[in-house]
Amino acid sequence: MKNFKLITLALITLLFTNACSNDDDVTPAPVNEEEIITTITVTLTPAGGGTTITLKTQDLDGDGPNLPVTTVSGDLAASTTYNGSIELLNETEDPAEDITVEVEEESDEHQFFYTISTGLNVTTAYSNFDNNSNPLGTAFTITSGAASSGVITFTLRHEPIKPNTGLDNAGGETDLEASFNIAIQ
Amino acid sequence: MRVFILLFLLISSNFIISQNCDNTITGKVLDLHDNTILVDARIVVLEINKQLLTNESGEFTISGLCNQTYTIEISHAFCLPKTYKIELISSIEKVFLLEHHLEELNEIILEGKTNNDSETSLENKITKEELEKSSSKSLGDILNSISGISSLNTGNTIVKPVINGLHSSRVVILNDGVRLEDQDWGAEHAPNLDINAIDNITVIKGASALQYSGNAIGGIVITETAKAPVKDSIYGKTIVTAASNGRGGTTTTQLTKTYKSGWYGNIQGTIKRFGDFNAPDYNLSNTGVYERSLSVRGGINRFRSGLEASYSLYKMETGILRASHLGGAQDQIRAINNLEPLFVDDFTYNINSPKQDVEHHILKLKGFKKFEKLGKLDFKYSFQQNNRLEFDVRRGDDRDKPSLDLKLNTHTLLLDLDSKLSETANLKLGLTGQYQTNFADPSTGVRRLIPDYSEYNTGLYAILEKQINNQFIFELGARLDYTYLDALKFYRTSFWEDRGYDSTFQDIVVEEFGNQILVNPKLNFYNPSATAGIAYNFKEDFKLLFNYSLASRAPNPSELFSEGLHHSASRIELGGLEFKSETAHKFSFTLQHDSDRIRFTINPYINLISDFIVIEPIEVQQTIRGNFQVWEYRQTNARLMGVDIDGEIKLNDYFKYNHQFSIIKGKDITRKDALINMPAASTRNAIAYTNKKLNNLNLRLQSEYVFRQNEFPDNNFEVFVPETETLEIVDVSTPPDAYHLLSFNSSIDYKLSKKSILTIGFGVSNIFNTNYRNYLNRLRYYADDLGRDYSINLKIKQ
Repeated sequence: MKNFKLITLALITLLFTNACSNDDDVTPAPVNEEEIITTITVTLTPAGGGTTITLKTQDLDGDGPNLPVTTVSGDLAASTTYNGSIELLNETEDPAEDITVEVEEESDEHQFFYTISTGLNVTTAYSNFDNNSNPLGTAFTITSGAASSGVITFTLRHEPIKPNTGLDNAGGETDLEASFNIAIQ
Repeated sequence: MRVFILLFLLISSNFIISQNCDNTITGKVLDLHDNTILVDARIVVLEINKQLLTNESGEFTISGLCNQTYTIEISHAFCLPKTYKIELISSIEKVFLLEHHLEELNEIILEGKTNNDSETSLENKITKEELEKSSSKSLGDILNSISGISSLNTGNTIVKPVINGLHSSRVVILNDGVRLEDQDWGAEHAPNLDINAIDNITVIKGASALQYSGNAIGGIVITETAKAPVKDSIYGKTIVTAASNGRGGTTTTQLTKTYKSGWYGNIQGTIKRFGDFNAPDYNLSNTGVYERSLSVRGGINRFRSGLEASYSLYKMETGILRASHLGGAQDQIRAINNLEPLFVDDFTYNINSPKQDVEHHILKLKGFKKFEKLGKLDFKYSFQQNNRLEFDVRRGDDRDKPSLDLKLNTHTLLLDLDSKLSETANLKLGLTGQYQTNFADPSTGVRRLIPDYSEYNTGLYAILEKQINNQFIFELGARLDYTYLDALKFYRTSFWEDRGYDSTFQDIVVEEFGNQILVNPKLNFYNPSATAGIAYNFKEDFKLLFNYSLASRAPNPSELFSEGLHHSASRIELGGLEFKSETAHKFSFTLQHDSDRIRFTINPYINLISDFIVIEPIEVQQTIRGNFQVWEYRQTNARLMGVDIDGEIKLNDYFKYNHQFSIIKGKDITRKDALINMPAASTRNAIAYTNKKLNNLNLRLQSEYVFRQNEFPDNNFEVFVPETETLEIVDVSTPPDAYHLLSFNSSIDYKLSKKSILTIGFGVSNIFNTNYRNYLNRLRYYADDLGRDYSINLKIKQ
C-alpha cells in the first residue's frame, strides 16, 4: 500500500503544480474570418460607352448586429446593354482578400443567380462559364428596357446542383445574397 | 476396583474440564469485497459435527461450546469455503469474511444487487446482455430503451441522451467512475464513449446521487466495467454485428487475464463502420460513421485494497447529412418545403464535409483501501483529452481545414470515503478537484465558437443513509461545488457595444484589435446541492420511494460566450456574460412492485427550475449571406412534470409482456408558454418468448408509438423571398406527426465446447419501412428518419 500512497501524493502534487503554473496567460491571437464575404461590388459598364454604374453592399461585422450598407451610384439608362462584373472582398483582412479569385478558380462549385423583381425592365445573361460550360456568372450582361424601377438580387450559391434551371432546384448553400433598388431613366 | 477408580477419575476429570461448556460464538458472515451480508451461508463445526445456516442478517449463533479449539468451516453458494481455527476461552463475537467465487461475483454485480447509488430514487439498469445485443448502437440509442429517456439526435449517429426532458450539460455521464468531459454543451455533440467497453449502465433520473455531481439537473448516467475475478483464468468475447441499413457493422473483442494473486489485465477494442444510411425512400447522403476505440487496463484486486491503471482511446468520424448544410433563411424555406432532401447522391462509405472528427483519451488511476474502522476509501485520478474537429463545406485553401478545432484537457481527482457508522447507518464523504483548459485553435480561419479558458472546480459532499427499521430507509445528502472560470474571449466590437457590455463589463477589456475586442472574464460560481429521501417497503413486494433533490448548475461556456453564426443550425446564437447558475428542485415519487409474476414501477415527478437557461429566437438578422434567425440564451423559470411507467407480466413460463409509457410537460412559467424540444409522449409494448431449454431461445416483438408533440412554442418567422417576391413563413416549430414502429429481435445459444458459447442474433427494425420524423431530431426539417434495417449479431464467449 506504500506505493499507493506515494502515487497519490505524486499525483496531487502534479495536479496542483500544473494548476498553478498555468496562471500566466498568453494573449491569444484574434481570428479574422478567412472566408467571409464582407463586400460585393457590381460594376455595370455600358457596352457603347456612358456612365458606369456601381452597386455595392458592405457588411464589415459579418454575422454581427450591424446591418449591411447598400449603395447604388445612379440610375440605368433605358435600352442599354451593360457589361457587368462582380467583385467579392473580405475586408476583415488587411489588405482585403479578393474572394472573386477563389470563386472563379472553383467555378464548378459556384454559380451566381440574378433575380429581377416584377416591373423592372431588364434581362440578364451569363458571360462566363465553368469548365463544363455551365454558367458561373461573375461576369454577365444586363440589358435595360423602358423606364421602370424595381429590385435586382444577386445570389451566390456554393456547391449548387449544376446544371439547374434556377434557384429553385439549384440546392447548395447561399454564400451571398444582395438586393439593390434600381431605376431605369 | 483400581480400574473402576481410574475410570471414575478419568470421567470426573473430563467432567471438570468440560464443565465450562456454555461458551457461545456469535458470528456474522460478510462478503469480503463489499461487506454484503451472506444469507444461508453454511457453518460446520467439525469437532461437534454441528451444522447450521446464517439467517437473513447473515448471522449465526452456536452455543454450548467448551473452552477448546474448534475448527469452523464456512461455505456459501457463491464462495470459496474457508476454515477457521478458533480457541475459545469465553463467548466471542466475530465477523467472518468470505470471498465470492468470482464469475458469480460478476454476475451479481451485473444483476445490480450491489450497493445502490441512491437508495431513495429509482435506478434504471441496462445489463451486459442488453449491451451485447446492441453492439453497434450508440450510448444514446441504448438509453432510449428506458422509459423517460429519449434522445436529441443530429441524424442517427449523433445521439444525445435526454433524461426527463433535459440534456447536454444537465445530464452527467460517469464513465467508469470519472465524469466524461467531452464538450457536452453542444446539442450536436454526442457522448464520446464506446458502449462495448462497458459492462452495465445505471441511470438515475435526477441529481440525487450527490457523490457524483451536484449539477445533474436532468440526471446521471453511470457506466461500469465488471470487476476482475481473483483466480487464475483467461476469458474473452468477440461480437460481430452486421446491418443492412448503412451496409456496415461492428466488431468488438476483449480479452481478460486474471491471476489468483489478484493481478489482472484487460484489453478491448472496437471498430465500427457504416456508409450512408437510408430513409425508406432515399439515401441519406453523407451520414456514414467510422468509429474506433481501444482500451487497456490492468491492476491488482485484493480483498482490502486494489489499484488499477487504465487508458482508453475513442475516435469517431461521422458525416452530417449533406442536405442539412444551408445558408440563411431562404435556404431553410426551400429545404423545409421540399419533401425530399435537395441533395441525394448514391450510396458511399466516404465521409465528406460537413462532418465531425472527435478523439477522446482517458488516462486513469484508481485505487481503494478498506480500513477496519474507517470504511472504504476510494481514490481516482484521471486525465482526459477531448479533441473535436468540425468540418464545414468550405472554399479555396480552407477546403480541408476544420471550422472548429477545440482541445479540452481535464484533470480530475476524487477521494471518497464510504463508512458504516453502525449496523444501520452509512456515511459517504468525498472531495473532488478538477482543472480544465480549453484551447481553440485559431488556424481554422473561423472565429472561435468557444473561447480559450481555464476552469477550476472543487466539490465537497456528505451523504447519510440510515435504515430506521425493516421498512424505512432514510437518506440525506449535501454538496457544495465551487467553480472559477478564467476565459479569454474575442467579441465583435459591434456586438460588445450593441449589448451594452462596453459599459457593464468595461473593466475586463484586455485589448482592441480592429473590429474585435479581447476580454478576460473571471467568473465565480458557488453551487450548493442537496438531497433528502425515504424508501418505504411494505407488503413484502412493494416499495415506495420519495426523493427531493436540489441541484444547481453554473452556465456552460456555450451559454456564456456564444456570439455568432452556428452553421450546423443555420442560426445566429447569442449567449450572456451576465448569466448566473440555474437551480432545480426535483420531487420524485416511485411506486415499485416486484413479485414473481408482475413487476412494475410508476414514477411521477416534478422539476422546478429557476433561472433555467433556454435558447429562443428573438429576431431575424440581415447579413450579406442572407437572413438568419437570431437565437438568444435567456434565463427563465421552468416547470417540468411527467410520469414514467414500466411494467412486466409473466404470462407463463415462456411468455412475457412488457409495457412502457412516458409523458412529460415542460412549461416556461415566466412566459406562460411551452418549452421547446420536450420529448413527445411515447409508449412501447413488447411480447417476448424465452425458452432456456431450447438453447436459450429468445424472440421479442416490440411496438413503439410516439405521439405528436402538441405543446410547443411558435418560433416561426417570415422572410422575404426575392424569386417569388413574397413573404414566406419559415416553419421551424411545427412538430412532425405521430408514428408507429415495429421491430423484432431474436437470439439463440450454441455450446461450441465446454467453455465457449456462440450466440446468434437476428433482428429487424422499422419492419414496415415507415416514413417518420422525430421532433427531437435536429435534421427532421430536411429528411425522414431511418428505414427498415436487418441485422445479425454473432457473439462468441469463452
